[in-house]
Amino acid sequence: MGFEVLLKGSNMARLLSGLGVALKISLISVLISIVLGVILGSIMTLKKPVITFISKFYLEFIRIMPQMVLLFLVFFGTTKALGISMSAETASVIVFSLWGTAEMSDLVRGALSGIPVIQYESSYSLGMTVGQTYIHVIIPQIIRRMLPLSINLVTRMIKTTSLVMMIGIVEVLKVGQQIIEANRKSSPNAAFGVYATVFILYFLVCWPISILSKYLEKKWES
Amino acid sequence: MDEILNINNLTKAYDDINVLDHVNLTVKKGEVVVIVGPSGCGKSTLLRCINSFEPIREGKVILDGETINPCKGKLNEVRERIGMVFQNYELFPHKTVLQNMILAPVKVKKIKKKEAEKEALALLDRVGLSGKKNSYPRQLSGGQKQRVAIVRALMMNPEILLLDEITAALDPEMVREVLDVVINLAKEGRTMVIVTHEMAFARAVADRMVFIDGGRIVEEGTPDDFFENPKTERLRKFLDSFSYQ
Repeated sequence: MGFEVLLKGSNMARLLSGLGVALKISLISVLISIVLGVILGSIMTLKKPVITFISKFYLEFIRIMPQMVLLFLVFFGTTKALGISMSAETASVIVFSLWGTAEMSDLVRGALSGIPVIQYESSYSLGMTVGQTYIHVIIPQIIRRMLPLSINLVTRMIKTTSLVMMIGIVEVLKVGQQIIEANRKSSPNAAFGVYATVFILYFLVCWPISILSKYLEKKWES
Repeated sequence: MDEILNINNLTKAYDDINVLDHVNLTVKKGEVVVIVGPSGCGKSTLLRCINSFEPIREGKVILDGETINPCKGKLNEVRERIGMVFQNYELFPHKTVLQNMILAPVKVKKIKKKEAEKEALALLDRVGLSGKKNSYPRQLSGGQKQRVAIVRALMMNPEILLLDEITAALDPEMVREVLDVVINLAKEGRTMVIVTHEMAFARAVADRMVFIDGGRIVEEGTPDDFFENPKTERLRKFLDSFSYQ
């Protein structure tokens, strides 16, 4: 079946370190996306026409654009055009953060504007200050609304990191390809075994995250 | 009886339309004033002006000698003294019944959590909901939610309680359980300003009735006079719209 190649030499370890590269890129991008997304999403609720226009344009642009094209644009395009040299990993973190920030900001905006004004008034009428209202009433509700959806974004990001091999990053899928190439003669079936293993690795990473998201959604449904 | 609330010449306008037009109303300590009127007459806006949720164009609202709208001091300290219950309950959905009730006492009044819980349980027991202390609002019926909202407001021991159409969103069979709580509060001598469409309830609970139409107080009086001998044609027509013959 081709699984035996993984037992040869350090193949399995290489595959796992490839997975590590993928996870590192997505984790850094997620952290950046959360911070920037919360800021942008909060600004979007101010309902200033210019801000709304720019943020809508940004969001639509990022959504329509295939991530791979965006990767090529940032990695090959800007480095040549602007004369900046950046590593492929930096380029991917930029692209994934651009994408994640767009999605996160929309989630934050949705969660914030989904809380009716009268919820704030209900808290104020009990004598709570603006600060106390945000800390104890509004922000906990926003986190509950957002967390399951942002966790989904994390799994989507992890899956999409398989694209970064196109700009030369040796992540889990690329390592898999290398292993298959190197063992073409000795194990012609390696493709199945290796890709199946990559599939299982992705699954093992994303499945618990997806379960966590479902669990939180159920726990917090209101 | 001492005067606790004084609404003096209050005018509230959106753009150039006066939604409340030179309204004068005083409420004495322990008095229950019920405000009725057609939809959009400004009665809910009047309640919101008392709590400074609405800025006003003219006049002032005075609570126990202190002008609270326009408010010069800290709004949160003023609102702490005024309880408010809303049409759609507005409980905090991420907190249990007990947590809803003790949040403001603990955070605002700095009461110890244990003491606040004890007080909350006593109040829940009075409205027949002690079994629901650990439930979340989504697990309660509308009537139960509204009873929790009322006792949550009572936890702050407000000088005056504002009830804004608290049964308007309820199924008919749940109206009674909520209004019974309010009637008991009235018997205890709570000062309340109530906006409602429930005429039978209004008559039972009110010390004084106020009829607002077109942003003005058109008529006020004791419940008996108000319902039996309305002086103005507009009130007569309004009351007629509630009876079927």
